[in-house]
Amino acid sequence: MTHDGTISRPEIERPESVYFFGTCLVDLFYPEAGMAGMELLKRQGVRVVFPQGQSCCGQPAYNSGYREEALKVARAQLDYFPGDWPIVVPSGSCAGMMSKHWPDLFKGEPDEARARQVASRVWELTQFLVQVLKVKFEDQGPPVKITWHASCHAQREMGVTDEPKALLRQLANVELVELQREKECCGFGGTFAVRHPEISAAMVGDKVADIENTGAKAVVSGDCGCLMNISGALEGGKKPVRGVHIAQFLKERTHG
Amino acid sequence: MGETSINFAKASSAALQDQQLRGNFRRAMDGLMSKRAVQFADTAEWNGVRTLGASVRLRALSKLPELLEKLEANCTKNGIQVHWASTIDEANAIVLSIMQRVNAKLVVKGKSMVSEEMHLNAFLEKHGIESLESDLGEYIVQLDEAMPSHIIMPAIHMNTKQIAHLFKQKIKEAEYTEDVAQLTDLARRVLRKKFATADVGISGVNMAVAETGTLCLVENEGNGRMSTTVPPVHIAVMGLEKVVEKLEDVPPVISLLTRSATAQPITTYVNMISSPRKEGEKDGPNEIHLVILDNGRSGIYADEELRNTLRCIRCGACMNHCPVYTKVGGHAYQAPYPGPIGSILMPQVEGLEKRGELPHACTMCNACVEICPVKIPIVEIMGRLRSEAVHPGDAVRGAGSHASKAEAMVWKGWSMTYASPLAYQFATALLAKLGNAAPTSLPLLKEWTNVRAKPRFANRTLHALAREKGIPDV
Repeated sequence: MTHDGTISRPEIERPESVYFFGTCLVDLFYPEAGMAGMELLKRQGVRVVFPQGQSCCGQPAYNSGYREEALKVARAQLDYFPGDWPIVVPSGSCAGMMSKHWPDLFKGEPDEARARQVASRVWELTQFLVQVLKVKFEDQGPPVKITWHASCHAQREMGVTDEPKALLRQLANVELVELQREKECCGFGGTFAVRHPEISAAMVGDKVADIENTGAKAVVSGDCGCLMNISGALEGGKKPVRGVHIAQFLKERTHG
Repeated sequence: MGETSINFAKASSAALQDQQLRGNFRRAMDGLMSKRAVQFADTAEWNGVRTLGASVRLRALSKLPELLEKLEANCTKNGIQVHWASTIDEANAIVLSIMQRVNAKLVVKGKSMVSEEMHLNAFLEKHGIESLESDLGEYIVQLDEAMPSHIIMPAIHMNTKQIAHLFKQKIKEAEYTEDVAQLTDLARRVLRKKFATADVGISGVNMAVAETGTLCLVENEGNGRMSTTVPPVHIAVMGLEKVVEKLEDVPPVISLLTRSATAQPITTYVNMISSPRKEGEKDGPNEIHLVILDNGRSGIYADEELRNTLRCIRCGACMNHCPVYTKVGGHAYQAPYPGPIGSILMPQVEGLEKRGELPHACTMCNACVEICPVKIPIVEIMGRLRSEAVHPGDAVRGAGSHASKAEAMVWKGWSMTYASPLAYQFATALLAKLGNAAPTSLPLLKEWTNVRAKPRFANRTLHALAREKGIPDV
């Protein structure tokens, strides 16, 4: 791992089974995105296991400065992902927490080696679809213009930049218009949005203006934190643009 | 400014209301970002020079005490008088004693962030010495009786019109004009007279070379050269981290600095100051003093992780690329160093009790980390400081000072629920059933819904859906 924000991923063989880590936001607010993610994996002939004991990667507490509390929750996850199967996460932010920050969080703890082993098997969903499963999608939906919002942690912690757009470009009837400030944070930042609501509002305001300028009908993203913030602002401002998780969008377009 | 008045949330709220200010910053930062991108368009070159720059700074820090001793010895050999200050009060006293010895009444200054950190102008004024900023941006800010809002471009928050009004109001001979060339010319005329009559010149230091005892100074306007050569006495002030080992360490760092800061391959002037005027030489000051300031830095140095903060070469790229800074501007931070680097440096220098808010002025988007030319893990240090703010400890002054019992209880409750599958499933099932009934008047929800629709809990959690669809559990 480097400090300039990306982790290097070793190439792996297509596995028979994978674990799915749903994330707490998906669990409560966007379960259909989680189901769509698992469906996309299953369609590639991969067996998907969803451990019912899982809850959260610990990021909210970790980012707020409560590392002991984060460690307690992260530690509770370790038991549910034994063995060697990859762990696929429909969120760059949670994947980044697990693969990049868990090794630090567990540093010096008796289960450090185990945490590192689990961390090394974590993949962001689109990264896994492209790099490991090498999926090819056939678009079955009507023509639509969309745009893509890149989550900060997906791009800068997990190194996921091209994969989601490559997947969207496989869809023949989907026109992808890039945002002028694609890489700029939407202002969610976990507790930042409630700690500094005014700055967060200004940030998401810029993001919404950028989205509107593209003329897209939908903004697609791979992270539910960003989606909650951006689609909340779109809806609050009565803008006719829908926010949708990439797993759900891909499933909708290819389901037939 | 009293200590209690440092309130980032309040100051940023005021900044957000100021549409002119927001426009000025958005435009300026967009411009800087795109110009910088052109300078580092070649990814391989960027990776190479960045790795080199980071390694120069790391090597220097790894033997900092030794290099500082070497710097002192070589500067002394060159005739530069070296002074050590552990606090800003000591540094100010050293500067004052030099001034008083030469009976100085007027000082001209090149740009120096350390002197901002020392509040040197106000201090000198209190002792009857006029201190004039000669960098155009600093001069504008000084006329406006404000603080710099950016470490490279101190007056970036103002547009031409605002500067035109300020000049008309504050400079006697000024005619109102919005012509940039005429405004610059006016400032130049005022400053030239002062350069010629100043008793002392003060400057900062971009880098000090240990093996040769050389002070490096980059600048574009020539004011740095004037301030350091025309007055008979030159005082340079620097933070103790600014030392590099060898002369050959200078070019890569300067290249990274100027390209990251203003997207220039090199600045108009690069000053290498190695001694006062020697016998037979026609110009240069008779005395050069170097004041090396600690002000909490040795404490930062002592901690291996926090030490990385001291790698900073003060290019300001992290500010230019920070989405929070771009929205609120530098004054909201009420600190000599704003933006991401300020948010980690200020709490370490001045203590978390005073600056504990700053590590939270960040969404942890990592844009600063991506752009930092010397690879400072800013966001990691930000996280560390957040943790220190709520836990008593001794690494950073004021650790534990932001601990709130209520917040600690919330996270304790959260961790108990989320670490137990049974409690988690019970809580989430309950939220799925009843969560949407929460009124938007609830504290956190209220702030959220000011501009956003209320988030809607799904009727069934992913756990429940996965069970229903028979997705295997193990």
